[in-house]
Amino acid sequence: MAVEKVTLGKSITSGLRKAMERDPKVVLIGEDIGKLGGVFRITEGLQKDFGEDRVIDSPLAESGIVGTAVGMALRGYRPVCEIQFDGFVYPAFDQIVSQVAKLHARGLGAVKMPMVIRIPFGGGIGSPEHHSESPEAYFAHTAGLRTVACSNPEDAHWMIQQAIECDDPVIFFEPKRRYHDRAEYDTDAGSAPRGLFDAHVVRAGTDVTLLGYGPVVKTMLEAAAAAESEGTSIEVIDLRSLSPLPIATVVESVRKTGRLVCVQEASSFLGMASEISAQVTEQCFYDLEAPVIRVAGANIPYPPSRMEDDFLPDLDRILDGVDRALAY
Amino acid sequence: MSDKVVAELQEPTPSVGDGGPDMIQLLTPEGQRVSHPDYDRYVENLSADDLRSFYRDLVLIRRLDAEGYALQRQGELGLWPSLLGQEAAQVGSGRALRPHDFVFPTYREHGVGFVRGMDPQSSLQLFRGVSQGGWDPQENNFHLYTIVIGAQALHATGYAMGVKMDGNVGTGDPDRDTAVICYFGDGASSQGDVNEAFVYAASFDAPVVFFCQNNQWAISEPVTKQTRIPLFQRAAGFGFRGIRVDGNDILATYAVTQHALDEARSGNGPLLVEAYTYRMGAHTTADDPTKYRVSAEVEEWKFRDPILRLKTYLAHEGMADESFFTAVDAEADVFAAELREGCVTMKTMPGETMWDHVYAEDHPVMEAERAAFKAYQASFEEAI
Repeated sequence: MAVEKVTLGKSITSGLRKAMERDPKVVLIGEDIGKLGGVFRITEGLQKDFGEDRVIDSPLAESGIVGTAVGMALRGYRPVCEIQFDGFVYPAFDQIVSQVAKLHARGLGAVKMPMVIRIPFGGGIGSPEHHSESPEAYFAHTAGLRTVACSNPEDAHWMIQQAIECDDPVIFFEPKRRYHDRAEYDTDAGSAPRGLFDAHVVRAGTDVTLLGYGPVVKTMLEAAAAAESEGTSIEVIDLRSLSPLPIATVVESVRKTGRLVCVQEASSFLGMASEISAQVTEQCFYDLEAPVIRVAGANIPYPPSRMEDDFLPDLDRILDGVDRALAY
Repeated sequence: MSDKVVAELQEPTPSVGDGGPDMIQLLTPEGQRVSHPDYDRYVENLSADDLRSFYRDLVLIRRLDAEGYALQRQGELGLWPSLLGQEAAQVGSGRALRPHDFVFPTYREHGVGFVRGMDPQSSLQLFRGVSQGGWDPQENNFHLYTIVIGAQALHATGYAMGVKMDGNVGTGDPDRDTAVICYFGDGASSQGDVNEAFVYAASFDAPVVFFCQNNQWAISEPVTKQTRIPLFQRAAGFGFRGIRVDGNDILATYAVTQHALDEARSGNGPLLVEAYTYRMGAHTTADDPTKYRVSAEVEEWKFRDPILRLKTYLAHEGMADESFFTAVDAEADVFAAELREGCVTMKTMPGETMWDHVYAEDHPVMEAERAAFKAYQASFEEAI
């Protein structure tokens, strides 16, 4: 047992370190990830210990980061790309959706793309535009990619290692405003507490199911605690995997509670919450006591940072969503 | 900037020209061998047998292309991108490769694939619509076709970075030192990915040869829409050498590509080869080049035909006689018949296999959709 209290950011660092120690084919590539350790310091110390060939400072060209990683994967490496900010992934979008996602199918299984694309996502850090986006739906929409989001240090530590071990390409979303959240967990555990593509019921409840992923999970737990003081029992699900969607866990919960509130920072239109709403309606129509409620970002470009509190789903908006579900 | 470049900037040439004085040539359009101080050494060991096999490859590839065109017109292929006129660029560069070198093609490199030992049927699968690629790139070190223009330039560069990380560059061991070659066209030279690939290749000294077949036309857009300077000169801006070679001269493309690959394998970094050639046919069978280019230009390029040029040389030097040429034509007839037979009998996979290779590991959504599809299909049989 080696119980440590570490931040979410550092738990990814230790996960990367373990993966690199375990497999010499794991290489990191991204902007400023070497001496600086990345703008969020996630790769801090890794270039010093593993060398410039395994922690590669890339030119400032995102399509190049992902496109060269494709070539490295074809050569037998397991590249982990760091995209500096969510809004910077768009120049690499073609490589991700047209190449990374499709090469396995194009080669009828002869080609594997075991690569991870790490993207810090979401708002709440007071940055200018392009630094606070939630682009997960674009990637979850694309077959051939797997898309996950971590929400807490323990998951982050294990999920990054599992993502690197996966033979499919994984888009790995990290909740940047939670990078400094700390938690205690056992870093020496023989195996992770749960699979990379499993949802996690983080709090049991009976009246309403509250579902989300990434940065909103902490806010959902605060909302559930607040609701409990008012006599409402909320079950909280951390989705963790956006694609494949662990819908069975959601369905099981909704059959118990009869109500579902989906929370996301991303704009509501055609987002994860919309897909979940459709699937739950198809599978749980007779179990539902209320329509599925979405609590989401507005359908606007991410606002200037001094207005982001009005954009992001906060405790009050989540509780308002719960109230709307209970009103039926 | 040289006076020549300045002059070209002031007066962009409306005609595709003859490649200019910087173009490496070892065989004139008339089939005469001309000497070059730097590149003769790469071809002097070629035997008459070698040259005859070059000729055979050129003829078979032109035949494959003609069959592809005909099969499309007969409805057997959905589309065919022709390589007519580019045979020497592809066979010459392809024959310069060693078996362990790795090729990243675009979608027109049927000739390179052929000399790498690919089943010629493979090139047809994508265009017949039975798969989106369908071969194992490891079998002949020939990657899957890439249709998104220039995307493969980054894949080639990343692969070459991997080769270098493996330590397979500059060891002096010919069985170990490895080069990567990336094919693309003049249109792709405008793409961000190609330019990013140049940056990465230069920054990491990657053992990659960028082989640009400048066939003068990107569908309807002339090369003057892509660049104001000769394409091979682009390399200098990225910090590596560019060479322009006569793409219709198989000896020159063979020699220049060998040189470039040697440089890459030795650890001297990337190199850009611009093979100056011409797309004699349409971009693809869906294109109509009579709408955007004049026939006089096409006629002019007929005199630079890569096959006729080698044939003249072989005949003039007494390395091949009429019976050889007749035998190659006869072989091409058999080759074409087999190709046709293989194409029209190519099987379409059952619908339920669409979900088979989307992911490498089990994926519950794929399994569920496949099962639903099979159940839906079975429901029709039950209804009968």
